[in-house]
Amino acid sequence: MIIDCPCCGPRPVSEFSYIGDAEVEKPDMQAPVADWVEAVYTRTNPRGTHLEHWQHLHGCRQFLKLQRDTLTHEIFAVELAGVYASGAGE
Amino acid sequence: MTDYSILSLAKNALNGQAGWAPAWRKPDPKPEYDVVIVGGGGHGLATAHYLAKDHGITNVAVLEKNLIGSGNVGRNTTLVRSNYMLDRTLPFYEHSLKLWEGLSHDLNYNVMFSSRGIINLAHSPGQLDVFRRRANSMLLNGVKAEILSAAQIAEKVPALDVSDAARFPVLGGLYQARGGTARHDAVAWGFARSADRRGVDIIEQCEVTGFLKKDRRIVGVSTSRGEIRAKKIAVVVAGSSSHVLQQAGLNNLPIESHVLQAFVSEGLKPVLDVAITFGAGHLYISQSDKGGLVFGGDLDGYNSYAQRGNLPVAEDVATALLAMFPAFAKVRVLRSWGGIMDMSMDGQPIIDVGPVPGLYINCGWCYEGFKATPASGYTFAWTIANDAPHELNAPFSLSRFQNGYVLDEKGRGPFPGHH
Repeated sequence: MIIDCPCCGPRPVSEFSYIGDAEVEKPDMQAPVADWVEAVYTRTNPRGTHLEHWQHLHGCRQFLKLQRDTLTHEIFAVELAGVYASGAGE
Repeated sequence: MTDYSILSLAKNALNGQAGWAPAWRKPDPKPEYDVVIVGGGGHGLATAHYLAKDHGITNVAVLEKNLIGSGNVGRNTTLVRSNYMLDRTLPFYEHSLKLWEGLSHDLNYNVMFSSRGIINLAHSPGQLDVFRRRANSMLLNGVKAEILSAAQIAEKVPALDVSDAARFPVLGGLYQARGGTARHDAVAWGFARSADRRGVDIIEQCEVTGFLKKDRRIVGVSTSRGEIRAKKIAVVVAGSSSHVLQQAGLNNLPIESHVLQAFVSEGLKPVLDVAITFGAGHLYISQSDKGGLVFGGDLDGYNSYAQRGNLPVAEDVATALLAMFPAFAKVRVLRSWGGIMDMSMDGQPIIDVGPVPGLYINCGWCYEGFKATPASGYTFAWTIANDAPHELNAPFSLSRFQNGYVLDEKGRGPFPGHH
């Protein structure tokens, strides 16, 4: 796989570190236990398009949000995650 | 169909091998069964065998979307061991190993189980302490375990680099003499033949595309070969569990699907007569009876349903192999392939009565699937027949994640890719 980093351009997958499912939302600290069980332990695990976080660990070290097909490994979109998402931090 | 024996072998040697019948029938699906098992892998076929043999339930169909043995049962590296640590997991794997020891006789099919022993190498004093702890836990559970010194390991494995010049010098290791390997295709075929002889229908190229519901209860499956109804539906499709069970309404399982690669080299003369694992990286290797080195390492590391891996992991595995065995540098790799693993959130499986009435689930096998095949079938058959888990698989409940009884052998936390 080659990931097109928004900062560094296309780079091999071995430079990147996989973080996990990007659709999991951390519940409020006061949320019921069931919400926490869901966030910590359960995943939708789709066969097909998956939103996921990666980090360009051996590059710019930015956290990235990828839209990737888990069956074909095709990458549809890469953007910066967190405060820099969608150019918000520029 | 006759038993395989020295007599049938001799008879067919004399009559030009004309007396062999197919090992299992190719029946068309009936409209209704007592039990439908979705998934004709090792675990599904083992479940059918034990349902028929131990519980007398023979009105059973095993539905396989492809050909039996084409999924993970034919994609693993064939290691069998029970060197676990937790009191709630070890008895299950030990029961599995005991079943392995008698499996060829039980099935009247040679699964070529070979108790050649398995060594886990330690490369630091801390790691050796961890193995001592695990060995003590095994001994307390009545499972023999030994700690070997580097000199003892050198004697058992002459090809291994145990010198101080090794990149990660070997300090010792955990040895389970009863561990070993088995021929994985024969395991699928042997269970299939045994179940078929007891009346189970094995239906290949029959993909489940949905579940039939009446009120909340699951009463059947729709398949590529029509609707099939059953009193009990058992889903055992490790690798595709999330995908299949989503159709039954289970949208959130504690599972991610990851690809794990395996490799086999060209055939060599006998060079390695134990199975051995590297402790400074992740590598496990044995030599097959045909002479090929069979080895594997880490997951590729990201969610995947593709039954193929990427090259960085192949390189990583080769590097670990050469750190252990510099002499293998010129050995050529014959084949590599990938299998899809149900990586659960604590590294252990789920075998339980399903959260939906009429459904029984067996999934989340991580790295443990092949060695667990007989015990998985044995306990899952029990669970289906009695509508309650056997004491051996009671800890493998789906509810353990809510109740705080996770079975995290290595304390790595809820990260499926880390187990």
